[in-house]
Amino acid sequence: MPLSVEIEFSGGAELLFNKIKKHKIELPDKMGVANTWTIRDLIGWIKENLLCERPELFVQGESVRPGILVMINNIDWDLVGGLDYVINNNDTILFISTLHGG
Amino acid sequence: MASAKGIFCESCKEKRASIKRPKTGQPLCQECFFAVFEEEVHQTITQNGLFNKGERVAIAASGGKDSTVLAYIMKLLNERHHYGLDLFLLSVDEGITGYRDDSLESVRRNRDQMGIPLQIVSYSQLYGWTMDAIVRQIGMKNNCTFCGVFRRQALDRGALLLKADKIVTGHNADDIAETVLMNVLRGDIARLQRCTHIITGSDGAIPRSKPFKYSYEKEIVMYAYFKKLDYFSTECVYSPNAYRGHARTYLKDLEAIRPSTIIDIIYSGDSLSVKAEIKLPVQGTCSRCGYISSQELCKACVLLEGLNRGLPRLGIGKANGSNLKEHIKKLQLKEERERESLRGEKEGELEEERVKEDQLVYGGCKEERGLKCSCGHKTDTLSLQTENISLEF
Ligand SMILES: [Zn+2]
Ligand SMILES: [Zn+2]
Ligand SMILES: [Zn+2]
Repeated sequence: MPLSVEIEFSGGAELLFNKIKKHKIELPDKMGVANTWTIRDLIGWIKENLLCERPELFVQGESVRPGILVMINNIDWDLVGGLDYVINNNDTILFISTLHGG
Repeated sequence: MASAKGIFCESCKEKRASIKRPKTGQPLCQECFFAVFEEEVHQTITQNGLFNKGERVAIAASGGKDSTVLAYIMKLLNERHHYGLDLFLLSVDEGITGYRDDSLESVRRNRDQMGIPLQIVSYSQLYGWTMDAIVRQIGMKNNCTFCGVFRRQALDRGALLLKADKIVTGHNADDIAETVLMNVLRGDIARLQRCTHIITGSDGAIPRSKPFKYSYEKEIVMYAYFKKLDYFSTECVYSPNAYRGHARTYLKDLEAIRPSTIIDIIYSGDSLSVKAEIKLPVQGTCSRCGYISSQELCKACVLLEGLNRGLPRLGIGKANGSNLKEHIKKLQLKEERERESLRGEKEGELEEERVKEDQLVYGGCKEERGLKCSCGHKTDTLSLQTENISLEF
């Protein structure tokens, strides 16, 4: 079953996504062995499917660029497994840039 | 995998943690995070004696995250701890279409939501030039020099209008650590020594302080997020700021490996002292506008003179008030030569950044660092004699 997930960008991160803050997305079924989506997978998916410009300002390696905060259902991703967090249906995942403006 | 339910707040041990505190790694619930964050700022304010009862304090407000959270916290602490301060928001309108318009809207919302009066001073009002007009005249090069010099003065003038005793700015721990790094990378001992000072402006300007000196940028953003504070986030359309950007990236990479890096760098800066006497220019006042200046004309007046005469390079680099005429002549020659050859010179961004920083502090170029004023003018301000300087930790 595909997962429906709400992705949000704020703090200036939205500037890299056509200034659109909220995106309702569907993550397709994975046909491979592990039929789960982690945040690591999601970041890769965002890079391929949502990111409009300057990917280096959002992605670094397989993670987000240091200085971008990630909140999963309003909880700091560091408390729920970070990159390895397994996404559930209807999760809300927020990326906040701390790097813009003062 | 870790579950979303498991971790409890390390402080109250009752609520579920929602933050791994960037500064300490502690899991905390929202309320406990608010409490420690606010208390730390309060400690910074009291331990450094930033304010006295009855003072009028202007909060430099850009509409961005730092100053928005600063305004909120200043109001909250002022009421909670009875500082007895009169608070004001002070904004500078540089006249940058699409950037400052929007951020001023955000400052106005802060004014209404927080109930703090707002004073706006504009470049066009003070100098007769907007940044848009300046950029039309001088192009994208060096415009941050104008912006920086003008903004600094504009804040002081706005504070004077408000009869403010103090100015507070939203500079946070990351900003200060980054400045320390940049000064190390440039070998700028004089600035390195000063850049971690929590209060500046003992030289006759209105004292400025940084209540967020020890507050991590991440925590400021998290605080704003959980408090649902409304701020404006974008970059200045005229500021590429590449060198600063690299220092920032480097700092963020270090922080990702070891979060205490930011505070450690600030402590290093704090405990650095430079033994040698560094010759700093004697402060006087500008003969034209009365602003504090070590030269006959202050930096803003020299830059304005250049703009108004159609010689925008005037003041980029060393422009000594007493040699103004000679300086103008050289510039005129140079501008002419350039109009003929029409070659756009491409100087490194690092150099441009240095020139900008120099102007703000010394009002001069430094040939010792391989920098020359665009007119080729000799420098007579601060010369760093490195052999006389010893670092003490
Ligand atoms: Zn708690
Ligand atoms: Zn600028
Ligand atoms: Zn002046």
